[in-house]
Amino acid sequence: MPADLRTRIGHLDLPSPIITASGCAGTGRELAQFTDVARIGAIITKSVTLEPKAGNPSPRMTETPSGLLSSVGLQGPGLDGFLQRDLPWLLSRGARAIVSVAGHTAREYGEIASRLSDAAGVTALEVNLGCPDAATAGRPFAHDPAAAGAVVAAVRGSARYDIPVFAKLSPDVTDIVAVARACVSAGADGLSMINTIPGMTIDPVTSRPALAGLAGGLSGPAVRPVAVRCLWLVREALPDVPLIGCGGVRTGGDALELLLAGASLVAVGTVLFHDPSACSRIQRELEEELTARGVDRVSDVIGRAHQPAGYAADRHTWV
Amino acid sequence: MAGNDRDGGAAPVQVRGTVLTVRRVDAYVAMTVVAPAIATRFRPGQFIAIAVGGPQSGMLARRTFSVHDVRPDHGGTVEFVFLPREPGAQWLADCRSRDVLDVVGPLGRPFPVPRDAASCLLLGVGPGAAPLFALASRLAERGSETDYLLGAESADRVFGALTARRTGRSATIATADGSLGSRGSVVDMLPTVLQQARTDVIYASAPTAVLRPVCAMAGRYGIPVQALVSEPAMTCGTGLCMGCVLPAVGNDGVTRMVRACTEGPVFRGDLVRWDDVGTIPFDALGAPGWKPKPASGERTHAS
Repeated sequence: MPADLRTRIGHLDLPSPIITASGCAGTGRELAQFTDVARIGAIITKSVTLEPKAGNPSPRMTETPSGLLSSVGLQGPGLDGFLQRDLPWLLSRGARAIVSVAGHTAREYGEIASRLSDAAGVTALEVNLGCPDAATAGRPFAHDPAAAGAVVAAVRGSARYDIPVFAKLSPDVTDIVAVARACVSAGADGLSMINTIPGMTIDPVTSRPALAGLAGGLSGPAVRPVAVRCLWLVREALPDVPLIGCGGVRTGGDALELLLAGASLVAVGTVLFHDPSACSRIQRELEEELTARGVDRVSDVIGRAHQPAGYAADRHTWV
Repeated sequence: MAGNDRDGGAAPVQVRGTVLTVRRVDAYVAMTVVAPAIATRFRPGQFIAIAVGGPQSGMLARRTFSVHDVRPDHGGTVEFVFLPREPGAQWLADCRSRDVLDVVGPLGRPFPVPRDAASCLLLGVGPGAAPLFALASRLAERGSETDYLLGAESADRVFGALTARRTGRSATIATADGSLGSRGSVVDMLPTVLQQARTDVIYASAPTAVLRPVCAMAGRYGIPVQALVSEPAMTCGTGLCMGCVLPAVGNDGVTRMVRACTEGPVFRGDLVRWDDVGTIPFDALGAPGWKPKPASGERTHAS
């Protein structure tokens, strides 16, 4: 019998722990050509901003070893466009939408959260803390526990009580646990990690940075160990907070690694650019991985890596 | 939005295609892959996106190629042409027949074809000429006349000169070093060709540096251009990554950053803001400092 992939996170029931990472599933329409979006656990949308955003000039992407460096600059239709076109489409296809929210001030985040709460069908909110903070000359919110906490408090305060709020953390900090604690104290129902890692490449032909935005965010299999460590640290410090793991997942085995580190849901991102049907493949592979280990329910493996080494061996079974 | 839901035809598919042939054509590699589902859906101007480097590849970006031709043998094959320069293309060039590739296609907006017979100029630079020959057959079915204007740096980079001479009403070739046809650029030859051929519509497939003057010149002559862009390079080809944007004016007069892979790769030449490619024009929707108009008209137009 195949393993049961149904996942409960907070009071949300999702058919699968595999979801799409923010900014990697387009509006959902692009992905729907290759995967049934209703069978994915949920779709984390591209970050929604208050006004339409044109994003950064091209070139926006460059390939690095086992990674992708990107600086899209949150191009999107803005909140109105999202509510009029993208959200209704996702709901019409039976998809569950975790809406990623981005802004430059805590007030802006709050306003978006409040208007999203008025719209029916938002499953959860993910607060993109990677945006530059207008108050501190462009330092991302995620770099400072106080700034991150203020944004999370604004979103939690404006969002309807039954919509869970996840804060998306950056790995590019000295102490991710401090930021995680600040977000949870500010009311975050869960945490999502990791965002991309800042990076840069120089084009050998032009002798200039390869991206028009100069620096970009690194994603892909190259960052997976970073994600696993961040999940591990936060799970150790805050064992009761539900986590969304994200970073370099390419196979069902990779997804299992993040689950073992403490994630309840696993978001797949960059692999979708390589393989647009990756969600269903990873879901199938995860099912096989679990079945091969004699695990009945995916919830049984969450955070399992934190148990002492001898624990499973003593009991002669894996669970 | 200028989405391709309607004018792009059938939805793309992801298939495992078996390599049928790999052969050198001058400086290029021409590869044929068995992919019936793509071949039957294909319309000229569309492209395919191939995963390179095997299942555990460190090369995450798909390589995208305009389809040169589709044939009905083996249920349906797709042929494309590329220069084996960067590592991904080199890996592809090293594939042998019976190797299996992960191919997505057909993708993007195809060339619109005039309903009635017209005098069409097909302009191609380097490997950009490859998608023009399938278009030429489609145009010929409608009774249109086709003239070719092909260019490249040197003779071995001119793709399809022989086919152009055989099937076109006329074929003009320009190379930068003068090794084939006249010395110079296709842009230098364009006014003469336009006058001699009494061109009604131009189909152009070339780098941005060529498309910009071609569209400007066609604008002065009042000739519509359908331009197939090859820059910026695509990462996914499927519209997910938002990597390949360029500024284009919509039917409502508003400039938007549109994806070459999804809203293109074929654009109406007069709607792309060629001089602003590689930038965010200040008046583009959502550009820095952009403010919504006080009236609600702006937003309702966008739908």
